[in-house]
Order: sequence, then structure tokens, then C-alpha cells
Amino acid sequence: MLTRKIELLVGLFLLSGVLAFCVLVFNVANVKVDTKDNHYTLVAEFNNIGGLKVRAPVKVGGVVVGRVADITLDDRKLVPIVTLTMDKRYDHFPETSSLSILTSGLLGEQFIGLTPGFVDDDIEMLGNGDRVEDTRGALILEDLIGQLLYSMSSKDK
Amino acid sequence: MSPINLIAAIGRYAIELVSSYGKAGLMLWRAIAHIPNPKKGVPLVIKQMYVLGVRSMVIILVSGLFIGMVLALQGYNILVDFGTEDSLGPMVALSLLRELGPVVTALLFAGRAGSALTAEIGLMKSTEQLSSLEMMAIDPLRQIIAPRFWAGVISMPLLAMMFSLVGIFGGHLVGVEWKGIDTGAFWSILQASIEWREDIVNCLIKSTVFGVVVTWIALYRGYEVQPNPEGISRATTSTVVQASLAVLALDFLLTALMFGN
Repeated sequence: MLTRKIELLVGLFLLSGVLAFCVLVFNVANVKVDTKDNHYTLVAEFNNIGGLKVRAPVKVGGVVVGRVADITLDDRKLVPIVTLTMDKRYDHFPETSSLSILTSGLLGEQFIGLTPGFVDDDIEMLGNGDRVEDTRGALILEDLIGQLLYSMSSKDK
Repeated sequence: MSPINLIAAIGRYAIELVSSYGKAGLMLWRAIAHIPNPKKGVPLVIKQMYVLGVRSMVIILVSGLFIGMVLALQGYNILVDFGTEDSLGPMVALSLLRELGPVVTALLFAGRAGSALTAEIGLMKSTEQLSSLEMMAIDPLRQIIAPRFWAGVISMPLLAMMFSLVGIFGGHLVGVEWKGIDTGAFWSILQASIEWREDIVNCLIKSTVFGVVVTWIALYRGYEVQPNPEGISRATTSTVVQASLAVLALDFLLTALMFGN
């Protein structure tokens, strides 16, 4: 026969296992339960995305306002297209804003920095599906070193 | 030994190997193929979860704590040379969730619960309790094997989750409380680098697979035991050895499938 104590202990065991799972998911992996309607998407075209990855953060002055949802290559222009999922709390960016791919630290992960543009009477706010025109691609360290070497050698002449 | 005998010996060995796999598969299939009667089956599973899961909790929690602490201490000593001791959190959490959580839990589970399962069923077999159940028209596979199998498969992922969580807590204890890493940096970098699909779901998949394998090997070794004391001791040893080897080999396979690309 099952004693009450065993049932209690097994129940406790199951609950603590599920609890550990929940703590890992919500506290360690930091999953936020989010529905479709607190997001809006933006699209941007870069000439070079460097080492940007899906789920890289979009930051304004260091504050995370969204994430990279998708990276594809435009079929005709053959340039990378980056889709961003933005938090609906931050939906007051004018369409003159610019995106640039930055690196945290000297060799750290790459993220997208959003610089808010000016606001004028005929400037609208960025909404769902809008395209950000003003973009700056990633700085490639090798290219920089190449340019540096080139300029040094041309100075020597 | 003449060459003919040698060839025959190789053949016998191969046939025995293959037929033991077949028997093990059949045993598992017969045990779990029937839909269990919820009224009779569930209490049996609960009883076995107490034996396999609850009783393994102490060893799992204590070793998780110490493994997390050791990982953090070793990691700190290396990371501090590069001034990146803030990344201690992700180092500890990723090693625990991706590898050590499922693997060490499975190894401990094989030693703590698997060997006990084999010995128990082996003794039942050698004292002919299983045959007497059959005499009473009770299927020992459903009455004895199936509840133990399900209890093992359910317990393993839960234990692995607890192990990982306690390990991360141990890493926090050493990193933050002892070595003085900033709490905010520890947790924020940890949270930024752990992916729920990539790390936690894969941890669950791994530990469930290990749970199936360890319990299956333990049950089969007990069920096919040589019915004498020496046979039981040999079966218990081979459960621990084979389950550990199977876990480590499968771990490489699963890691290659999950993170290899």
C-alpha cells in the first residue's frame, strides 16, 4: 500500500523538479512570455553585417529596445537584409533614425545601435514593417588594418 | 584451438550479442506497449519514483552544489588572468546545462538507482518471484518492469534540472560571495547568453534519453540475470559499467547532433 508520506515526498519531488525547470527557463534563460502584439518589426538594408547574429540586441544609448529577428540576402541587390523585432514600448523613433552595426568592446559580440533622428512636422514615426534607410554596416577589423597599412606605406613614399 | 572453432566462437559471440539486444528490445516493448491501467499503474509508478527519484535527490543536490562550486573556482582562476571574470556565470551555467547536468546526473543515477534496480529485479528473478507472478496470471513485465521504467524516465530530467540549478547556485556562491564578482554582472551576462531552446530544452532531451538508457540497461540486466548470487553481483556491476559507457558515448552523439553543425 502507498503510504501518505511516500505520496507527499513524490509530489514534492515532482514539484521541485518542475520548479527547477521554471527557474532555469524564466530566471536563467530569462525568457519573457511575449505575445505578437507587443512587437513591431523594422527592416533595414546593410552593405555588410560583419558577425551580426540572429537575436543580437538593438540598443539605443545602451538600452535594449529590440532584437534581430532574421538575416537574409536580397535576391536582386545581393545585400544583407536584417529584420528587427522592436519592443512596442519604444515606438517613437522618427523615420530619420539611423542604424549602425557596432561591437561591444574591442572584440566582443556585435549589436545594432539605433541613433534617433530629428523630429520635424512632416517626419513620421517608424511603424510596423517600415524600412530604415540610413544604415551603416559593420567595421571590419581586417579592412581597417589594411587601410592603415596602405596609408602608412603611401606616406613613406 | 583450430580455426574452425575460432570462427564458430566469433559467430556464437555475435549471435549472443544480437539476441541480447533483441531480448532487451522485446522486454521494453512488452513492458510499455500496453496502455497502463491508471488506477493500478499510477500508484506503482509513484512508489518507484519515491525509490528512484526522491531517494536520489540528496546525492544529486550535494554533488550539483559541489560541482558548480568547483567549476566556478577553476573558471575564475583562468578568467581572472584575462580580466573577464564577469563571464564566469555563463561558463558555469553553460557547462552545467549542456554537459555536466545531464551526464553527471545520469552517472550518479546509474550508480545510485540503476544498480539497486538490477539487484532488486535480479533477486526477484533468482527467488522465482517473477515466475510465481506469472503463475498467478500477472504479467511481471507490466507489474514490475513497466512502473520502474517510467519512474526512471520521469525522474531523470527532473533530477538533471535540479542538479543544474543547484550547480548554478554553487557557482554564484563561489563567484559572487567569495570571489567578489558583481552580482548584477554575473546574472545579466548569464541571462544574456543562455538560450532557452538551445540550452534548456537540449538539457531536457539529453537527460530524458539518458534516463531511458540507464533504466533500460538496469532493468534488462536484472531481468536476464543468472539466478545465483554471483550472477546478481555480476549483473549489478555490468549495469553500472554499461550504463556509464552508454551515457558517455550517447552524450557525444547527442552533442554532435545538437551543437555540432
